[in-house]
Amino acid sequence: MSAPTRDGGAIADGHWHDTTHHRKGFFTDTSICIGCKACEVACKEWNRNPQDGTFELLGSSYDNTGSLGANTWRHVAFIEQDSERIEKARESGRKLVNLGMPSIRPRTDESAGAQPLDGALGAAASGSSGTAGDANGLPSTPPLGIDLLAPGALEPSDPENIAALDTTPPDTADFRWLMSSDVCKHCTHAGCLDVCPTGALFRTEFDTVVVQNDVCNGCGTCVAGCPFGVIERRDDGTINTPTDRDDRKAADMDVPNKNTANKCTLCYDRLVEGQEPACAQTCPTQSIKFGDRDDMVSQAHARVADLHAKGLTEARLYGANPNDGVGGTGSVFLLLDEPEVYGLPPDPRVATKDLPGMFASAGVAALGMVAAAGLAFLGSRR
Amino acid sequence: MANADCIIIQGSNMAECHPVGFQWVSEAKARGARIIHVDPRFTRTTAIADKHVPIRAGSDIVLLGALINRVLHDGTYFDEYVRAYTNATNLISDNYQDTEDLGGLFSGYDPETNSYDNSTWSYQTDEAGAPVTDPSLEDPRTVFQILKRHYARYTPEMVADNCGIKPADFDYLVESITQNSGRERTTCFAYAVGWTQHSLGAQFIRTASILQLLLGNMGRPGGGIMALRGHATIQGSTDIPTLFNLLPGYLPMPSAGAHDRFDDYVASVGTPETHKGFWSNGRSYAVNLLKAWWGDAATPENDFAYHYVPRINGAHGTYQTQVRMLNDGVDGYFLLGQNPAVGSANGRMQRMAMSHLKWMVVRDFSLIESATWWKNGPEIATGELKTEDIETEMFFMPAANHTEKAGTFTQTQRLVQWRHKAVNPPGDAQSELDFFFELGQRVREKLKHSEDPRDRPLLDLTWDYPVDEEGEVEPESVLAEINGYYVGGEKDGQPLDNFNQMTDDGTTAGGCWIYAGIYAGGENMAARRKPRSEQDETAAEWAWAWPANRRILYNRASAAPDGTPWSERKKFVWWDAEAGKWTGKDVPDFPVDRAPQARSDKAYGGTANLDGDDPFIMQADGKGWLFAPSGMVDGPLPTHYEPQESTVANPLYDQQNSPTRRVMRREDNLSAPGAGFPGSEVYPYVFTTYRLTEHHTAGGMSRWLPYLSELQPEMFCEISPELAAEVGLEPYGWATLVSPRAAIEARVLVTRRMNPLTIGGKTVHQIGLPYHWGVGGTAAVVEGDSANDLLGVTMDPNVFIQNSKYVAGTIMPGRRPRGPELVDFVEKYQREAGLSPESGNQLITASDENVERSAAADSPAHQGGHPHRGGDSAVGVSPGKTLGAEAGEEAESTTDGSGGTGSTDGSADGSGGTASADDRSGRVDLRPAEANRKPAEARDEPSETADANRAVDGDPTDGDPDRGYIGEDADAAETGRLGEDDGPRVDNGNSSEGEED
Repeated sequence: MSAPTRDGGAIADGHWHDTTHHRKGFFTDTSICIGCKACEVACKEWNRNPQDGTFELLGSSYDNTGSLGANTWRHVAFIEQDSERIEKARESGRKLVNLGMPSIRPRTDESAGAQPLDGALGAAASGSSGTAGDANGLPSTPPLGIDLLAPGALEPSDPENIAALDTTPPDTADFRWLMSSDVCKHCTHAGCLDVCPTGALFRTEFDTVVVQNDVCNGCGTCVAGCPFGVIERRDDGTINTPTDRDDRKAADMDVPNKNTANKCTLCYDRLVEGQEPACAQTCPTQSIKFGDRDDMVSQAHARVADLHAKGLTEARLYGANPNDGVGGTGSVFLLLDEPEVYGLPPDPRVATKDLPGMFASAGVAALGMVAAAGLAFLGSRR
Repeated sequence: MANADCIIIQGSNMAECHPVGFQWVSEAKARGARIIHVDPRFTRTTAIADKHVPIRAGSDIVLLGALINRVLHDGTYFDEYVRAYTNATNLISDNYQDTEDLGGLFSGYDPETNSYDNSTWSYQTDEAGAPVTDPSLEDPRTVFQILKRHYARYTPEMVADNCGIKPADFDYLVESITQNSGRERTTCFAYAVGWTQHSLGAQFIRTASILQLLLGNMGRPGGGIMALRGHATIQGSTDIPTLFNLLPGYLPMPSAGAHDRFDDYVASVGTPETHKGFWSNGRSYAVNLLKAWWGDAATPENDFAYHYVPRINGAHGTYQTQVRMLNDGVDGYFLLGQNPAVGSANGRMQRMAMSHLKWMVVRDFSLIESATWWKNGPEIATGELKTEDIETEMFFMPAANHTEKAGTFTQTQRLVQWRHKAVNPPGDAQSELDFFFELGQRVREKLKHSEDPRDRPLLDLTWDYPVDEEGEVEPESVLAEINGYYVGGEKDGQPLDNFNQMTDDGTTAGGCWIYAGIYAGGENMAARRKPRSEQDETAAEWAWAWPANRRILYNRASAAPDGTPWSERKKFVWWDAEAGKWTGKDVPDFPVDRAPQARSDKAYGGTANLDGDDPFIMQADGKGWLFAPSGMVDGPLPTHYEPQESTVANPLYDQQNSPTRRVMRREDNLSAPGAGFPGSEVYPYVFTTYRLTEHHTAGGMSRWLPYLSELQPEMFCEISPELAAEVGLEPYGWATLVSPRAAIEARVLVTRRMNPLTIGGKTVHQIGLPYHWGVGGTAAVVEGDSANDLLGVTMDPNVFIQNSKYVAGTIMPGRRPRGPELVDFVEKYQREAGLSPESGNQLITASDENVERSAAADSPAHQGGHPHRGGDSAVGVSPGKTLGAEAGEEAESTTDGSGGTGSTDGSADGSGGTASADDRSGRVDLRPAEANRKPAEARDEPSETADANRAVDGDPTDGDPDRGYIGEDADAAETGRLGEDDGPRVDNGNSSEGEED
């Protein structure tokens, strides 16, 4: 793992080392998700996670599990939108990647750096302003392994098909139904791992982040440490939630790993056997792809370019920017609207990100106080 | 399907109900295909489609007919394909009259029996019996010209007014299918029960078949009509059927009276005299089946024990049987993989029927509602049934699930895939195979000293399967028997390689001719799993597809008449002139050495007379049927009729509903009055039922599982914001839904995914209802009211499938009444609407004059019928169905190009529990409903056919639940009930639950 951060890797949370394994990750392409929730079920089955619903409608379209948590490690969001919202999403996505339709020739001028495609996350966070550098001091040209703004980077993945592609933007539909399978991000700079006082969280040889339940003491510090709200403590009360019907018993299930923090392991137990994660294997439309993280990111870039070329400029990536607040994520997403729409934070920042700065500020402050004190003394002498 | 350039998904919610198969739609889309979803609702399928075309439920023929009209009018049909491969050039009898001539009736309607005599729908023939054609297509009696006239009034305006589809959306559809059809490109249709579960569902599919033939999309990669089957191996359960009127391999079930002699039966399967397609070998297929069943007891001398086969004497589908139960005509009931208390239409009727049984066996994983209705059912709650009064003795047998037994799954593309056992079943749970093997052994043991000839069929059965170390039957031994083997001679016992090796002299045996080759060389071909990375896209070495491991049926049509591929892009099977044989990427579906130029001078005479350009080799004449002279009991061309209970007037004809639909006039099966009749305003909205990804059919495999139940925990209804405002419904609050049969409650999902449509100047609101929930099952994780309780039973006359997709009803805020008040509540609405068993069940609304003219149409005797064809249509005494459609296919196949006959089967699967009652199975003519209103004397003189074929009692068309037929009819029936009078009646007329196929 060598992804740079603005601090030049100064944050000491990675503990990564050169291994024989490439970093593994997901590319979840929500544009082809059919909302079947097979990922949720396959995940729970493989990991023997208890069900955690109340067996009542949640009031959120077809979503009845609500969010990621101690027991739900894959969660499919359902969002119903009207044409106005679609137009806005298309516009905001277009700004992220100013393609100059209908030509799909990529911009190669310097100003392009102001709209980093891969920086969808960061750019969205900065209000799609496109100003060079943002409040966080992100560099305006991302030092990417894959530079989307390089010539050819925005061409459709299959050049032979380009003639067949309809490059005029389609009419805006009256309505759309977004579905997106969320999962632990397996951050480059993982807040949960940073703050874990027991060492229960560790970074694997696949550069994923996993809890050791036999080490975890359930303190819950990681829960606050995750900028995405992914990790949670599994409490006794997560199942057998009373329902409004007396005649119905919630299913009795053994609940493993009670009172410890739980989250997606990226199927660590499967990876070590050379298998892919359960969710990716079960996904019928390959909306969830699994592989080397670098491959995932380049597939994601190619896909977003494809969609933009078809006029579907609402497409943008989430988690592919190594300069965001968590140094990019192992789980990369292609979204069709702003991250907030899916319940994702627009500007996730690892909780420890500001520690060095804080220490520095504290130092400056201390020096300042010393100086002030000195000045006071000086002044008093005068 | 991945090879399609355009996919129209209509009558199906493929992404939700077939998510795994949907990968091929995703693949096609990734390759650039256009995906269009035509559906009343915006579903998860729509979410990733390029376009949603909202449609009013039940109006599909108007849309498809308008597409046909446009294609014919604009000349955008595939001219060369149509001329060469379809029956467009055939001349139809001069006596044929169209619905356009007769106000919505075809010629030959008999108002006494409410059925058609199809003799006027036949081909014109010359003196030799060969069909007369006009290659110029200009003769007004050509199929082509008839088709043009028939659909001339199906205009975009009518589509807008009746389907609620905007003209721009219609144009988009036209452009999509015509731009993506032809030599270079192909369009594919996919449907499921959204088409089949209507009173004319088979004709919906026929309409699409006609369109696909006109566009030249049959038998070609990326073309076809995909019949999406409802769950695992429903296709398999039609191939080796659990249907009352079919035997394995789509052989008809013999009918009492019509098929008393083996030769009569073989004639109904197919003979060289009436066929040049592969049904001409009907005798050999039948002999092999009998030989497989009865082994040495089946000899040429005794017609291979044909007399052992039970006969049917009418329709014994699921709903007919249920009425027989209500009439105390059925003693016992085996329920396997089915939960009719929740899954079948008119749930109350189902449960009341079961309360009339003497005993009942439920084999399932848990105590589903069909096993607990007698103590926890809705009728116990209302007081309509009292547990202590129910005499039905209930047995529950635990069943092994699919991971606990080995066997095959046959999917929608006819691909047979072997499934290995992963774990042993828990406790006493058994597979079906073991259960029935053991049951058979026990029954045979009890009978072993019997000298009653009636017991011979059981005692002579080959029932000697080897068992493994666990004591379970080795399923491969059954596969080997299905495949077929040599009997006697030096190859004795060796497996057959294909069905062409089957003989009609008893030297081979095989349990299902279309599966011959699945065990070729003693290898389990279904278990082959060569990865796609090691073979080409056809993946011929992945599992095995019937017939003959062929992946696309009728693939001769993927080449032009001269044998060359239509295009390089769509190259699939072609003629290799040098080698003198057909070759390509698939097993050619044609006599392999029949040159494209080959011509026979005989019209029929078996497969040797197939011309080189007769690609539809299961059809009697080798052509795709735009016009179906036989095979469809409700008309040779699809015509729009309004659904039962429709509140919209038929814009085309006085004839409001299908005149041949099967109605059940019963107090417990009331219908809304229909458009224009007083009382219809009481039930102003349209309910349409469907499934969700998260649940499995009636819930037996999902509502007991917490992981699935939590994903969709509660019964809900989906309504538009407009309707919510009109009725005063709160999002996620409760609503009560009332139909003429029942009232249920559900949570309310107010969503933009439902939209009101403007039909005939009026607003039509459609309400979506998933049907997975039921009440009273033991230990279910979630439960809720069953949508199917709302449905009535009105059936398609071809396949006896019920209409589930258009139900009239009303909706109001709040929860439904409890206890006896619920019954009063439903009755209050019935009274308000003035319902009686006659309401909505008028079969004829066309003018008397037209009815008379239709009935008066003469059969074309002067045109020289063929002696073997009798009075039936020219090519009609055929296997009414062809293989293709049963084969509803998935990835790269086409379904039957033959038009209706085949496609009928697509809808016959599972759900209605029946296949078509067409000519092939002896013309199962049900007693017409109209007849019942006549005095008793009149009833004693029905037409000969109806008399001979009517069920002994409980005919649903009887209308009177308390009056089963007795007397003469019973006599007729006895002859047909050979050997099953006292035995347990295994009544699994439908393998699946009524609501899915």
